[in-house]
Amino acid sequence: MLLYLIRRILMLVPILILMSMVAFFLIQLPPGDFVTFRIEQLRMSGIEVSDNEAQRLMVQFGLDKPPMARYVWWVSGIVLRGNWGWSLQWNKSVNEILQERIPMTVVISLLALLFSWVVAIPIGIYSATHQYSPMDYVATFLGFIGVATPGFLLALIAAWLLFSQLGFSALGLHSPEYINAPWSTAKFVDLLKHLWLPLFLVGMGNTASTIRVVRNNLLDELNKQYVITARSKGLSEWKLVWKYPVRMAINPLLSTVSWVLPGLVSGTVLIDIVLSLQTIGPVLLRATLAQDMYLAGSVVLLLSALTVIGALIGDVLLVLVDPRIRFGRLGK
Amino acid sequence: MAASENSVLVEVQDLKTYFFLHEGTVKAVDGVSFSIYEGRSLGVIGESGCGKSVTAQSMMRIVPSPPGREVDGKIEMYLWENGGGFAEVVDVLQLKPSGAKIRSIRGKQIGMIFQEPMTALSPLHTVGNQIAEAVLIHEQDASKHQARERAIDMLGRVGIPQPHRLVDAYPHQLSGGMRQRALIAMALICGPSLLIADEPTTALDVTIEAQILELIKELQTSLGMALMYISHDLAVVGEMSDEIMVMYLGHVMEHASTDDIFDNPLHPYTLALWRSVPSIEGKLERLIPISGSLPSPFASQPGCRFFSRCDRRMPGVCDATPPSLKEVAPGHKVRCLLYE
Repeated sequence: MLLYLIRRILMLVPILILMSMVAFFLIQLPPGDFVTFRIEQLRMSGIEVSDNEAQRLMVQFGLDKPPMARYVWWVSGIVLRGNWGWSLQWNKSVNEILQERIPMTVVISLLALLFSWVVAIPIGIYSATHQYSPMDYVATFLGFIGVATPGFLLALIAAWLLFSQLGFSALGLHSPEYINAPWSTAKFVDLLKHLWLPLFLVGMGNTASTIRVVRNNLLDELNKQYVITARSKGLSEWKLVWKYPVRMAINPLLSTVSWVLPGLVSGTVLIDIVLSLQTIGPVLLRATLAQDMYLAGSVVLLLSALTVIGALIGDVLLVLVDPRIRFGRLGK
Repeated sequence: MAASENSVLVEVQDLKTYFFLHEGTVKAVDGVSFSIYEGRSLGVIGESGCGKSVTAQSMMRIVPSPPGREVDGKIEMYLWENGGGFAEVVDVLQLKPSGAKIRSIRGKQIGMIFQEPMTALSPLHTVGNQIAEAVLIHEQDASKHQARERAIDMLGRVGIPQPHRLVDAYPHQLSGGMRQRALIAMALICGPSLLIADEPTTALDVTIEAQILELIKELQTSLGMALMYISHDLAVVGEMSDEIMVMYLGHVMEHASTDDIFDNPLHPYTLALWRSVPSIEGKLERLIPISGSLPSPFASQPGCRFFSRCDRRMPGVCDATPPSLKEVAPGHKVRCLLYE
């Protein structure tokens, strides 16, 4: 197990190197760079920029150097100095932006994932064990609506409803008076008040699809011979379903843990923008639009890192719950 | 039949189990009656789809439902108390399929082993866990430790080497024969009075098959159980059973003692079955397959179900009148118009 872990972690290194290259060079692919973007912006607001001034900006931001040199400078900054570069657009260090955004993003994503599992797994089990019952149809119907309705639309409706009916502003994660306040019990309670709506909205799409996955997996398992064997022992239906087929049916969920984080970040940008959540999604969107290469590259790299680490965690969980995988590895 | 010396354990009367599918109704078991006696063995033989497995599943009430349902008949089970006193007669078909009563019969009164040892055990739980579970279900005062000890003991009895070690093995670490032994241990650990074996050796090598058959016979004698042995293999059923029931498309075609079925088969279907297997003693002859193929399970014929494939059919008679199961000699029943 330990050897396996070490091997897997060592395998992360080349993957991350490759990903950093892809992340960095992909963002430079479109024509133009941050300086042309900035000059265009200034020109739109009526300020002409001279060629000299443009040249000065290029030098200041290091854009006169070839991409390879910039890449090396960026990566060595991260690895050697823990410095993720400078965001041209925010005029802040990338570290600072990431520190503000990443923890909240991870917390919301993981809580949303947890929420969707807690809701979806029991519903999926019920749906499968009561296939074609009225409640199964209701769950299926709601599931399809959940998958098909854009989250941001629901976010808009929910935010409007809450504000017009209850006078409660669901925007952001903190009420205005707490935004700059230090952490306290009151601030935490306030956070909880704001957190449930984004969790619900962000988790909803995932909940709906998880219901389908659990239902279909379980339907496959319910007719397997080992279930009939267990039944012929005299085990009650309830205990039987939880002990045997459910264990098999939720295994695949563990291997999807790794997709959830990038999925939540990229898939919920619109919800985050609508609810003005301080997550990384909107930052990434704006950074790519403005060709803010160090910021965008850093976010993409960090997300890739979280994804591959998520995949590793998912695999380790699978090894823990499934003896076939566990012993297959040891036997090698 | 010498069965009268032994008391009845299960009496199946006119069992009808149908499957209601979109394409139509399949009468998988259509009016089957038989009895199983204490300590004796009944062999059930027939082609795939003849209803032999569904009959067994009906006795356990584990017919997949929907689409399957036991629509008519009685399955009377004679329950005995632990001390040996007679307790009660229960019509299994009147019980709720997920209720407590039938669950107290499954695994405790009737043990069952299945065709597919490769898939019949949960891959995520140890063999010992799955065997000991039966003890914990049926014996409330048994502790986990006792159940585990019993599982180890039982694994030893079914011939698994190093039961102390293999009790913690996962199914994928065992061979097919070992898994079938583990399944037998699971079915027998609560000391059932009847073991239903539904083609337990079909998926195994011939050499392993012989060992498993030997084991089942040996356990049947030492534990004094009744055995219902289901197979499509005449030789195996003959080896295992005191009496044999031949089934075809949900009907019992012939039911007699094993000696009679072997020495004096009457029904054209039984005869055709004999001609389609090679014999070791007889001279080498070309095997004669049964002509035609199984009719569609949805079709309902007015006459004999074997009509289309029978080599002694009487057109105008056999396809018009359904034959009934008649006792033509003591203990020898045949469903054929030739003997009416």
